[in-house]
Amino acid sequence: MDEARNSRSRISRRGSSRHGSGARLWLAGGWLLLALLAAIFAPLVAPQDPLAQDLMFERLPPFWMSGSEPGFWLGTDSLGRDLLSRLIFGARIAFIVAFAAALAACLVGSTLGLISGYFGGWADRIISRIVDVWMAFPPVLFAILLVAVLGTGLSSVIIAIAVIDWTRFCRVIRAESMGQARMDYVENARIAGYGRIGIMLREVLPNVVPSIMALLSLEMGIAVIVEAILSFVNLSISTDDPTWGGIIAEGRLSIHQAWWVLVFPLVTLILTVLSFSQFGEGLKARFDPVLR
Amino acid sequence: MNATRPCLDIRSLSTVLPNGARVLRSVSLSVQPSEVRALVGESGAGKTMIGKAVLGVLPLSVRIVEGDMLLEGEDLGRLQPKARRTLIGARTALIPQDPLTALNPSRRIGPQMTDRLVRILGWSGQRADLRIRQLLDEVQIRDPDRVLKCYPHELSGGMRQRVLIAAAFAAEPRLIVADEPTTALDVTVQKQILRLIAQLQREHGTAILFVTHDLGVVAKISQKVSVLYAGKVVEEAETAALFAAPQHPYTRALMAATPRYTDPFASLKPVDEAVLAGLASEIAAADQAWKRSHG
Amino acid sequence: MLLQRFLIRLLTMAITLFGVAVVVFVVIRVAPGDPIAMMLPPGASDADIARLRAFYGLDKTVVEQFFIWLSGVIRGDFGTSISLRQDVLGLVFNRLPATLELAIVVLLMALAIGGTTAILGARERGTAVEAGIDIASGAALSIPDFLWGLVLILLFGVLVPILDISGRVSPQLDLPFVTQFYLFESLVRLRFDLTKDLLGHMLMPAVALALPLAAIISQLLKQSLKEVLDLDYVVLARVKGFSETQVILREALKNAALPTLTLVGVQFTFLIGGTVIIERLFSYEGLGNMAIDAVINRDLPLIQGIVLVFALLFVLINLTVDMMYALLNPRLRHG
Repeated sequence: MDEARNSRSRISRRGSSRHGSGARLWLAGGWLLLALLAAIFAPLVAPQDPLAQDLMFERLPPFWMSGSEPGFWLGTDSLGRDLLSRLIFGARIAFIVAFAAALAACLVGSTLGLISGYFGGWADRIISRIVDVWMAFPPVLFAILLVAVLGTGLSSVIIAIAVIDWTRFCRVIRAESMGQARMDYVENARIAGYGRIGIMLREVLPNVVPSIMALLSLEMGIAVIVEAILSFVNLSISTDDPTWGGIIAEGRLSIHQAWWVLVFPLVTLILTVLSFSQFGEGLKARFDPVLR
Repeated sequence: MNATRPCLDIRSLSTVLPNGARVLRSVSLSVQPSEVRALVGESGAGKTMIGKAVLGVLPLSVRIVEGDMLLEGEDLGRLQPKARRTLIGARTALIPQDPLTALNPSRRIGPQMTDRLVRILGWSGQRADLRIRQLLDEVQIRDPDRVLKCYPHELSGGMRQRVLIAAAFAAEPRLIVADEPTTALDVTVQKQILRLIAQLQREHGTAILFVTHDLGVVAKISQKVSVLYAGKVVEEAETAALFAAPQHPYTRALMAATPRYTDPFASLKPVDEAVLAGLASEIAAADQAWKRSHG
Repeated sequence: MLLQRFLIRLLTMAITLFGVAVVVFVVIRVAPGDPIAMMLPPGASDADIARLRAFYGLDKTVVEQFFIWLSGVIRGDFGTSISLRQDVLGLVFNRLPATLELAIVVLLMALAIGGTTAILGARERGTAVEAGIDIASGAALSIPDFLWGLVLILLFGVLVPILDISGRVSPQLDLPFVTQFYLFESLVRLRFDLTKDLLGHMLMPAVALALPLAAIISQLLKQSLKEVLDLDYVVLARVKGFSETQVILREALKNAALPTLTLVGVQFTFLIGGTVIIERLFSYEGLGNMAIDAVINRDLPLIQGIVLVFALLFVLINLTVDMMYALLNPRLRHG
């Protein structure tokens, strides 16, 4: 009867997670697609020039409030720049950083994790020790330090995030491929005469791909946040280009005069970060053969 | 006071899982004061669940849908949760199956044995300590000072089961549910523990609901037996009568499948397929009828 | 056993700290950009620059600089800040108490919120209460502390302006404090008016940092509580007559807390890192806020000093967690 109860609860859990993951996947994916399209076609979509200052139009409220101007849907900041256009152009930088930094971190971390977990021995010992040392640094401080060292700019931000966060991939993939390496089918492949690297790529890698995908999506959300934090403290790219963190920093200063300059980028950022993490969870739930 | 009032009286108890499947099927059984009632059946038959239902510790997913349980005449189903808890704490005890997991690894033995006496029954610490030492003596633990200060992992399985038995009898409960108390022990220790339970039961006059899958144990300890199959009591009899002349085909089959020390070379017969098929269709029919009457 | 464990940890701690010191020292000096150039007005003579370089020891090789710096550190001399022209150790000690107070308030808050919701969720397992707790902790966890800070500023600084959104204490107040542990000292001196003002400033940054941490504690502790609550000794405790709350507090919590404890240690170190940006966001005068200024000003001695102090905090936290784990686990204690 214990068995009956366990299998029962397993079934219901599986059912509910799949049901929930569908809706999450679509909602999160929908928002990310919308933001991505806005970023790609920013010059076509944005109603105004994001850099154009107009002191006649400073601190215009959003469209539903009195005193708003047509064409400035979400209002303007203290220099009269259109907030919506700045958010749309800010999405470009957010997505470039998200994709580039997460992919770089993933490539480095997953490769080292795969090697460490599958081969074990000395490779594992050295890589694990490096990961431990890496983890001893507080991430935000580490990021600020790295950008200070590398100098501001888009590539420094990307490099800084990749340099810090490869350990996240490395730890998870190491643990998973270590488990995979002990499986019978890996043993069978070895008996069948495949080489070690061949087995790693043909047998182990495909089984850790769902985890990599989920982590990748999660990491993109983290990269967006780190970029926002760096531009908030003015250490990201040049101050002229609109970034979400930069807009937030402006909003923080003029919070009592123009709350919308803080609210809209904040909502955008929260939606994007939530979407990335939910999208990752949804992907994992959908493609993980064990959970499915 | 009615002299023949049973210590425990279960009347047509049924439980279901969330998917609606019945686990216990209108189980009725009673345990008289100072009587050992064995509850025997193969694993999955629901025998442990009966004990858990009485003690109010069913898993959350299992729901009682009908039936009453009377502990010394008190209807457990009608009591408020707190009153019910206190009643169960004062009048019953559990000797668990696995002594390795039944003691909290992070607490010393002493407080684990006395906490019921002090915190539920309101005894003084000194009185509880005295009582526990007396019981440890009865279960033949000769160095109570050391044992009381130990953490569970410092004791052997047999020692831990003795401790648990002593703790069960300490509050002079009217009813003890013994849930396969010897199954997890080494064969050599099993006999000692069984003898110990029987001895303490006689001395304290406690009623025991003894859950087991082992007919050999049944023969040694119980006065009456209920045979359970698929959540249904298929036969109920005096132990001696049951062994002399089992009535139900399942009981006969179960006996044939049990090895005997007296005749170790007799061939063992697995339970006959035909018997099981007959039981299965009988139970399916009963479930149908039950479903009709319960909407 | 315990002592041996402690000594081993102490040794690894020293090695880690040395490693961090080396890495930070080298990384900073590899960086392009001349900190001296930023200090001097345009048109300063080469002799002036050379004199300043010599003063800060920047004319020597990196290896020489490192050992000069390290021998100073061992004597308690962390050098002089380039941008603030003060003793680094003094600056760090001036700011560290503010960050420590914030971190401790956050930890207490996270333990209280996370612990309560975990216990409540475990007691009400399988009900709507547990589902609600799951949703709340999921939300608290998915949104990072930086964004929580901004949300709080909007809610309680602008929409319902009941809390202060910047600083550590109201500037018009006359402070009688002799140490930098304002909150602690206000309690000791029974100046509860000051305590109230300090907490009014600290509440939002603390909540922003505590929410994700509380969510992690809540999720993990609830999970391990639920596992423990199915074990035989817990069932036995219920039969003894204890209520579900008593069972959780007396029997389950201690054993379930062990796996959570390790995680709290790791998360607490992340939290110390998180104070950097949250202090900036709320203009809270702590170590993290100073760290960002130091980085922007390329103030090498100050950056080194701060990072080393952060690293020291990290290893101390890990050591504490390790020791607490050993103390709570009788198997390790009497191995």
